[in-house]
Amino acid sequence: MSAADTGRRTSRTGYLLLLPGLLWLVVFFLVPTIQLAATSLYDPSGSLDSGYAMTWSFSNYWDALSTFRAPFLRSLLYAAVATVLALVLAYPLAYAIAFKAGRWKNLMLVLVIAPFFTSFLVRTLAWKSILSDNGFVATTLQVLHILGPGGRLLATSVAVVTGLTYNFLPFMVLPLYASLEKIDLRLIEASSDLYADALTSFRKVTLPLSMPGLVAGTLLTFIPAAGDYINAELLGTPRQYMIGNVIDNLFLVQLDYPAAAACSVVLMAAIVVMVLVYVRRAGTEELV
Amino acid sequence: MPDLDRDPVPGHAGADLTLTSVTKRFGSFTAVDDLDLVVEQGRFFALLGPSGCGKTTTLRMVAGLEEPTRGTITIAGKDISRLKPYKRPVNTVFQSYALFPHLDIFENVAFGLRRRGVKDVAGQVGRMLELVELGGFGKRRPGQLSGGQQQRVALARALINRPQVLLLDEPLGALDLKLRRQMQIELKRIQTEVGITFVHVTHDQEEAMTMADTIAVMNHGVIEQLGSPGELYDSPATTFVSNFLGQSNLVKAEVVGRDAQDVLVDAHGSRLAAPAVRARRTSGTVWAGVRPEKVHLTGGAGGDGSAPGPGANHLTGGTVSDVSFIGVSTQYLVRMPWGQELTVFEQNSGARDSFRVGDRVDLRWTSEHTFLLDADQDAHAGDESYAALTEGAAT
Amino acid sequence: MSRVGRWVTEHAVMAVAMLVLVYMFLPIFYVVLMSFNDQGRLAYEFQGFTLANWEDPCGPSGMCGAVVKSLQIGFLATLGATLLGTLVAFALVRHRFRGRAATSLLIFLPMATPEVVMGSSLLALFTSVGLSGSLGFWSILVAHIMFCLSFVVVTVKARLAGLDSAMEQAAMDLYANEWQTFWRITFPLVFPGIMAAALLSFSLSFDDFIVTNFNHGNTVTFPMYVWGAAQRGIPPQVNVVGTVMFILALALVLGGSLLQRRRPA
Repeated sequence: MSAADTGRRTSRTGYLLLLPGLLWLVVFFLVPTIQLAATSLYDPSGSLDSGYAMTWSFSNYWDALSTFRAPFLRSLLYAAVATVLALVLAYPLAYAIAFKAGRWKNLMLVLVIAPFFTSFLVRTLAWKSILSDNGFVATTLQVLHILGPGGRLLATSVAVVTGLTYNFLPFMVLPLYASLEKIDLRLIEASSDLYADALTSFRKVTLPLSMPGLVAGTLLTFIPAAGDYINAELLGTPRQYMIGNVIDNLFLVQLDYPAAAACSVVLMAAIVVMVLVYVRRAGTEELV
Repeated sequence: MPDLDRDPVPGHAGADLTLTSVTKRFGSFTAVDDLDLVVEQGRFFALLGPSGCGKTTTLRMVAGLEEPTRGTITIAGKDISRLKPYKRPVNTVFQSYALFPHLDIFENVAFGLRRRGVKDVAGQVGRMLELVELGGFGKRRPGQLSGGQQQRVALARALINRPQVLLLDEPLGALDLKLRRQMQIELKRIQTEVGITFVHVTHDQEEAMTMADTIAVMNHGVIEQLGSPGELYDSPATTFVSNFLGQSNLVKAEVVGRDAQDVLVDAHGSRLAAPAVRARRTSGTVWAGVRPEKVHLTGGAGGDGSAPGPGANHLTGGTVSDVSFIGVSTQYLVRMPWGQELTVFEQNSGARDSFRVGDRVDLRWTSEHTFLLDADQDAHAGDESYAALTEGAAT
Repeated sequence: MSRVGRWVTEHAVMAVAMLVLVYMFLPIFYVVLMSFNDQGRLAYEFQGFTLANWEDPCGPSGMCGAVVKSLQIGFLATLGATLLGTLVAFALVRHRFRGRAATSLLIFLPMATPEVVMGSSLLALFTSVGLSGSLGFWSILVAHIMFCLSFVVVTVKARLAGLDSAMEQAAMDLYANEWQTFWRITFPLVFPGIMAAALLSFSLSFDDFIVTNFNHGNTVTFPMYVWGAAQRGIPPQVNVVGTVMFILALALVLGGSLLQRRRPA
């Protein structure tokens, strides 16, 4: 019939619209990712010049995990700490923009994004100046005896986590703001009417309603933070190296593709598992 | 009450909108089922029914926004069933108005004219904005207008194209009660002024009765009854219509005979008469119906000598179970000996003291106000407050 | 208690929010400050004020070339990703097709994949087909379009999904054919979303280091230049570029929002 006719017509247009974009993603994202998984099982004794043989070497994973256990765990730990810190910083900011900013709302939103218009690397290098041994932060902390004399900020875990927290903060603020902004203010008023206590009404009403933004923000912060290596490289030392540094080094310097691929796959797998567990625990299926 | 026999706009006779066996299915759901309908040129026609009854789907098929699964739609004899929306001599006032937010009021109203390459856009738009009393608003944006003003813009934007049929999809639904009343009168005025056929979809029976000169009551994809507001109200064809348009008391009765003009029935021992023209069924079990405001209460306890004369119906032995004072009227619930509660509206004319809960009363009304319906039909069909109640109990 | 609670939410939240904003701007302040640094040997500490860096922004060899390269790639990647992504977004919102779930997953995955994985796997692909020797401008562009695409789809899709389909129906009802309806109604109404997606793409592309680092061949973008310079000590002109970028972007966004305030979309 005619109705089915129009359905077919529209879907043909649909496929045409999808085709170029999806093709691009398949060729330049999906295929390489699958190939990466395959590479991780190649014979590790091969080389770029001699070529690799597919030997289903699952031992690559074991080798990667045992050799690079420390940077792996460090990546997850740093990313987790940075995510929690970002949440602690972002929530009041997002809350203030959504509910307290009034007519300054748009301006404040612009201010949140504005710092990130400068290059990622330039910003991270600025942190290098801020945290430098003679910088005001280190000096102040020394005066307050929080930092021992001769104690450093730069080239420590603190510096790397600070950089990570800073660099991915907007990814936390914006989704949080988006879900807070949707909350009907009357709900909060109604709850303060019922519970009277601001803290309780926050815990019982605002926080649960902002859950989708919180989950999205946490993921958007954690994922890039776990894979980052710029902060560790610029603000840390090899003792702070994360798995990203390892992958980068294996791929570009040592040209050990199977080991590098195995590390990449493990990183991906760890992230996917954590995301799934987290999403289930947080009780939301909304990813984007 | 509009004069039903007034001539359609002269010179346009035959430019009727006709739907012939129109069916629309969405998957396995039949939204509109084998619908036949003729809307005469120049009418203010209302499609009335609860949500999901198929009225909006019918409208959208006329507009070309849905394609009928089967059947044909013609205007002035020309088959338009498969034409694209922009090829039809039909314009629509959308429920949400659908004003273009990026264009100003002038450009919104001019949109149709510009697409058709009409000359003198400015003059026509100006006159149309005057007609809907929005002269001087041309440079504003839709977002800067109130709901009522947006509604007028939507109307002007459709009317300016002089369509053969103007479709209105719940156009007043988003307005508050007072504004809605005002716009009802306004719409009626404009329709009379331009003489274009209006097909108006609504779920508000009062709105339909105020404005339309012909109403089609729809339910489950079919037209239950079509007629003037007066016909539908005084002589409903189904329990659905009797409940959806106003309120009705429906009492179970058996047909026992007939005389010259009336069908005679027995309702729980009382003899009632109903005009044969208002009897949808003339044998077996029926619903004997009467509107609450047609009924008068008299002090009961076995009659007081005012025995029913000829042409009067009488139900005795009621007890007042609830009294609500509404202002112009008082609304009684009367429990009958067989357990049913009947509703009676009495004018507060001051001629008599009102009854109180527990008073014994009899009900009487002129027999010509009685109608008989098929007893196979659900007595609560179309009764929205009853549906809400039972639904609430079910969940 | 409730009054205390109210006072706390009234003022303390705003105060904390301001402190967080200060934290966010701290590096920007340093970038601006360091752009006036009369730099000696120690690259990361302020030595004294000078305008010399601003008077000679292209002083360090190769830096301005890298900026131009980044602008070119950013512009082309934005164009490509916005075009392809917008088409996909339209298909997702407006059309029925098989494999919707798989499509959504394919679009979501690049956003959930660490850049280091994306960059390295793409390099492995190019290597395996024998292109590792000719990597450069084109491979950076290919990679940037890839990772910008998903963000464009998500941004445009959100805008499109918020568009009332009654708008288009009204246009068709008012004698606009499909083509006119698209260009006069749909496109103008979705345009802010497309613009936002384009801006996002440009900033993602212009700023990308990790993916580029794997696929750049001998082509040097601005982030690549900064990375290389960081090993030796960055020239203060890098901070001049950072400051200019900040001011330009801020002006663009503020200008855009002012424009939008005058014409509410």
